[in-house]
Amino acid sequence: MKVDSNNFIALADIAISDGHVPQAVGTGTRTAFNRRLGAMSATSPEHGDAMRQQAAEAKRRALRKLPELLEQAEANMTRNGITVLWAEDAAEAKRHMLDIVQRHDSKHVAKSKSMVTEEIALNDALIEAGIAVIETDLGEYILQINDEHPSHIIAPIIHKSKDEIRQVMQDKIGMPYLEDAQSMVAFAREKLRVEFLQADLGVSGANFIIAETGSLCLVTNEGNGRMVTTLPKVHVAFVGIERIVESMEDYATLTQVLPRSGTGQNMTVYTNIINGPCHDGGPEHLYVIFVDNGRSRIYANEKYTEALACIRCGACQNACPVYRATGGHAYGWVYGGPIGAVVTPLLVGIDKATPLPNASSLCGSCKQVCPVDIDLPRMLLDLRHDIVEQKHTEFMWNASMKAWEQVCASPRLFELGGKAARAALTIGVDRLVPNPLGQWKQQRDFPNFAPKSFRQQWRERQSK
Amino acid sequence: MHPRPSPKGKPVALFVTCIVDMIYPDTGMSVVKILEHLGIAVDFPMAQTCCGQPAFNSGYRSEARTVAQQFLTAFENAEVIVIPSGSCAAMVCHEYPTLFADNPRWQPVAERIASITWEFTEYLTVGLGIEDLHLKLPRPQIFAFHDACHGLRLLGLGSGARTLLSNTENAQVSSLVECDVCCGFGGTFAVKMPHVSSAMLQTKIEHIETHEAQTVVTGDASCLTQMNGGLSRQKSAKRVRHIANVLAEGLPDHEG
Repeated sequence: MKVDSNNFIALADIAISDGHVPQAVGTGTRTAFNRRLGAMSATSPEHGDAMRQQAAEAKRRALRKLPELLEQAEANMTRNGITVLWAEDAAEAKRHMLDIVQRHDSKHVAKSKSMVTEEIALNDALIEAGIAVIETDLGEYILQINDEHPSHIIAPIIHKSKDEIRQVMQDKIGMPYLEDAQSMVAFAREKLRVEFLQADLGVSGANFIIAETGSLCLVTNEGNGRMVTTLPKVHVAFVGIERIVESMEDYATLTQVLPRSGTGQNMTVYTNIINGPCHDGGPEHLYVIFVDNGRSRIYANEKYTEALACIRCGACQNACPVYRATGGHAYGWVYGGPIGAVVTPLLVGIDKATPLPNASSLCGSCKQVCPVDIDLPRMLLDLRHDIVEQKHTEFMWNASMKAWEQVCASPRLFELGGKAARAALTIGVDRLVPNPLGQWKQQRDFPNFAPKSFRQQWRERQSK
Repeated sequence: MHPRPSPKGKPVALFVTCIVDMIYPDTGMSVVKILEHLGIAVDFPMAQTCCGQPAFNSGYRSEARTVAQQFLTAFENAEVIVIPSGSCAAMVCHEYPTLFADNPRWQPVAERIASITWEFTEYLTVGLGIEDLHLKLPRPQIFAFHDACHGLRLLGLGSGARTLLSNTENAQVSSLVECDVCCGFGGTFAVKMPHVSSAMLQTKIEHIETHEAQTVVTGDASCLTQMNGGLSRQKSAKRVRHIANVLAEGLPDHEG
């Protein structure tokens, strides 16, 4: 997918001034946030914390053993009759897919929701090769017919209101005006049912790969994941290499926090554990494509390895006040919100996503809700440091920070600087030259400096 | 966190923060008056400037280190450091030890300083174990409370400030919707992404406007500047005040 993350500020401004996106995103994220809180502390807040700790440790252990677990998974999958393929980057992943399509002479691809296929822009490659591809997750389907991309990890269409969704369905797939959501869903279901029956190849992602059994785990709420992985004769699963967990026991731990953190459910409606191809009615061919696409680079940098612990629940997006204000599209790539602000620069290159680590007030809500306790604010700080070290900063900021450093290193200069700033603001110098205060004052007043600083008052007090 | 020596019976070295020094000296004086009312000796080391957080949070670690070193120099001999800001206190407690990790001269100092530094209300409630300052406000008032992010999530400040305020005679504390959601300040974020910051602020202002209280209380002068900046621009009659200013109004000899 094209990376537009360097335009974060402009894209965010558009979303904010339009107003529809923050309205829809604000409502959706708050609902999900409250449901998560309820589900995680249903037994007791302590129980919720214990679940988080256990989940965090399960994923960290998996990361520590990542290379060996991947090999173990491959061996077990191969034994189970799964064809395992490896893709270093998006291009290789797409090549594998086109080879598979050609081998099985597939014409119709039905997909269940998968963020990694968004990353590699799989649909574009298939369409270019003359293959029909349909998204079957309801939200993804509506986005596809409207030529849009998901804006949230698990609620892809969170940026749209019910009215907007209705309009898309009326305009694009001939739906008559239907008032309630249930009728709209029923209409989409009729359309999608035909697609499921027509599909000769199903594409899915995977929420977890269990190394000790070589199983593929998928959680969904709409049942489309099950259709896509059972009806067509060929099933291809795209999996980020970090989806791996060591054991069924770890899976059991993580599958408790994933739906609770994502949607506030104790369990999703459908849970699929797929062990291999099926010779009595299900897919006869099962391929798993392990996608790296920059993940090894993250793995190798110990400051950010932990980012790979993410189980893609979207809780940090729901909790983030920046994401609530801008929506996910402003982040300019696949992943929005705090996790997106961290992994986007790491996956696509910091020069292509420079504003993202700064798109945070460092309030810490993301870490607080993360089911695997990823220290996202810490990583944002480290990325900001990387940006400075790699000289992707603006001259104005470099100069300001240097000057500020000099001033703060000397109490005398500091006091003089305060007086000078007060004088400058009194006569309005800030209005003459572009400066950070001008940015501040667009929508906010700034207080006057005190006639006497604290240190002046203290000095006078001491000499009395 | 490092084990923290009890601050009881020790003189306090006050770090007022750069913003309080220049813009809100009353907040600093309020802290001094409250501590002196409790019979605590207060000193203001004149060599203090800023904690270094603006540079640190912007990724300028070398610049931040220079400024942090100024802090360490100013407070090297302190026994207890009190800061009327959860954010600056978090910078000192959490970042200084790692910021000087490779510096044998300053690393031990940074470790010690981190262990003796307290946010103002944390010092009173956790450090000294005081829950009631026996204060009385001149007239009955209802307050809403905003939990500033760094105090809440980095220092783990609980309900200490609220307790001090609700135990003040004539003060009633009533909860603010989304009291623990960021106001949009975020340091340089507020000027690097002014529209995003202001959109976050707008949500906060809507919650303040629908609340019964005329005054919102918080523990950080920077968040207060953000919120009051928006309230003032929108001609609201409501204001956000620092917890120290409000508490100081309840001192027996307060000049109203």
